[in-house]
Amino acid sequence: MSLVAGGLLVVMVGIVWRRDLAATIRLLALQGLLVGAIPLVSGIGHGDGQLAGVGVAVIVLRAVIFPRLLATKLRGQAEEDRESTPLVNTTVSLLVAAALVVAAYVVASPLVALAPRGATRDVPVGFAMVFIGVFLLISRRKALSQIIALLVLDNGIDAIAFLATLGVPFVVELGASLDVLLALAILGVLTGRMYAKFGGSDLDDLRELHE
Amino acid sequence: MVAPIAAPVAAAAGALVGLGRRCSGWANVAAAVCILAAGAGLAARVGSGHVFAFGHLLRADPLSAVMLLVIGAVGTLATWASVGYLETELADASTTASAARQYRTLVPLFLAAMALAVLADNLGVIWAAVEATTIATAFLVGHRRTRQSLEATWKYVVICSFGITLAFLGTVVLYFASIHAGASPADALNLDTLSAHAAHFNPAVTRLAIGLLFVGFGTKAGLVPFHTWLADAHSQAPAPVSALMSGVLLSVAFSILLRVRVISDAALGSGFLRVAFLVAGLATLLVAVSLLVGQRDFKRLLAYSSLEQMGLISVAAAAGTRLALAGLLLLIAGHGIAKAILFISAGQLQHAHNSSLIADVSGVIARSRLLGAALAIGLLGLVGFPPFALFAGELAIARGMAGAQLAVPLGVAAALLLVGFVAIGRHGTGMLLGPAAPGAPSLAVTRSVAAPLVVGVVAFVVLGVVGGPFEHLLNTAATALGAT
Repeated sequence: MSLVAGGLLVVMVGIVWRRDLAATIRLLALQGLLVGAIPLVSGIGHGDGQLAGVGVAVIVLRAVIFPRLLATKLRGQAEEDRESTPLVNTTVSLLVAAALVVAAYVVASPLVALAPRGATRDVPVGFAMVFIGVFLLISRRKALSQIIALLVLDNGIDAIAFLATLGVPFVVELGASLDVLLALAILGVLTGRMYAKFGGSDLDDLRELHE
Repeated sequence: MVAPIAAPVAAAAGALVGLGRRCSGWANVAAAVCILAAGAGLAARVGSGHVFAFGHLLRADPLSAVMLLVIGAVGTLATWASVGYLETELADASTTASAARQYRTLVPLFLAAMALAVLADNLGVIWAAVEATTIATAFLVGHRRTRQSLEATWKYVVICSFGITLAFLGTVVLYFASIHAGASPADALNLDTLSAHAAHFNPAVTRLAIGLLFVGFGTKAGLVPFHTWLADAHSQAPAPVSALMSGVLLSVAFSILLRVRVISDAALGSGFLRVAFLVAGLATLLVAVSLLVGQRDFKRLLAYSSLEQMGLISVAAAAGTRLALAGLLLLIAGHGIAKAILFISAGQLQHAHNSSLIADVSGVIARSRLLGAALAIGLLGLVGFPPFALFAGELAIARGMAGAQLAVPLGVAAALLLVGFVAIGRHGTGMLLGPAAPGAPSLAVTRSVAAPLVVGVVAFVVLGVVGGPFEHLLNTAATALGAT
């Protein structure tokens, strides 16, 4: 389990580091695979078929469907929009990410203290994913990179849920996944409309409404 | 209890499979009336306890009944006005038949999601329903397909998804705390289980969870600092949808914070969330009032006035006395109906003038008695004149806060409300009074818009004058929310 958590951290660094959106989407798929691996591995370990099934479903959704939806959007875009344009440079981004990982260990410490054995020890990794997702959300200025940031955030929460409590009740997981899928589809359509209206997907063009 | 969710879903399905446009328009109205009737039925049935349906999937208590009544009432007015709104848009070709069908599908889905949010028993399902309201309204905000509406939609979806994602993280952490306090995994997130086990929750973990839930659902309720989506989305959406978002969606999101408050008070004592409600509420009031003063757009004016009301509601939630909570719920009801009247009227003005600038509109009373009267009554009620419900609500909140030793925040809130009063009054009189500008367009109101406006105004006056039957319901709801 710690191996999976370590893998998640490495992928996270990759996402912060890369600017090429196609590569970022591949890393996002890998991240989804690792998140799904948590319930899959412990499901097989405990002989719990239902949990393993949830793991497979998570992998299909997060490692196949989400990245494929994003990749379809990317294909239609011009060269300049295939790269994210962060507000801060890569070195600073990596330093901020490192600081956020430390912060995640501090914030998650009460959870770890409550259940010091087992997978809960790795919960801070999920918090680090959430924090870095927030950081990506505010520091990237392209429509697609904001969508990716929201997905990183969501992957992080799912990782926390699986590491801390072996997932939330099935009806909640179902509702949450459906919502994320639909939100992703809506943001995809909006990106397309943005292209038609503004001729690009730079979010700095969105500044007509203000006080 | 299933009706308030099933009826709008059926209406949405009808619109989707291509029911005629008159027919599906009225099906939407019928669905909203159904929610209203279910709210009234549940209010009588639940008494001061609660009832379940589908095992423990749905749970209705007095708060659910109050919220269903508000959703149903505002929903009825909004869907009724939508019939005329869409006819006008189709007639002057500012929308297409397929966009109108999309509108008639999404509005009932939006109503169903809100009904589920106030009826679900599981905090995770409540969360999913609230996120579903964002999804249902995204394309409604973008209905007009202009650059501004696209920008508003993008901000709305990204900020609300982000906020609501934090609430999901809070839900997961609370689930963790609940399981470690001995709840069984299947019902660890049910409201009653959470309150029953709350005393044994680990305080540090619970503080983290409650904080995340507060920020998350607070984003959806428009509380500072994540309020920036609100005015954009509410001003760009079609007028009846603005009425729904401003009048009920904000308060539905807030009603969930009231449920979180019950759990938080049991686990952490009443001090923890009280500070959060006070700080967020006063900050929201301050931001809203300062943006009201210099406002130039009347739809944004209405949006910021909703923000102002949410700030006041949050301050009232901090008091936590029975009087303050009952006043808060009355405020939610009065504000919902007032905003329905005002946004429907504002939609008519915007259409006639092809502009939503306050400066472009003058002499409304002289030009159309119906619109002038509706706008005047709505605004008078909104700023807190008697005999309307908001006056009684604000009075109850003030007395409740004074009783809870919150005199200083009460004074600050009252001062801010006074500034808001002057600002809305000044903008309102400029639009309503005075002679019509030469060459001003005629303000003809079609029958299908006039009818809901008249009904809305009558309902608003009745709610203010005859508060009696509601008083008991609001008091039981406040008691069920753990009022002290």
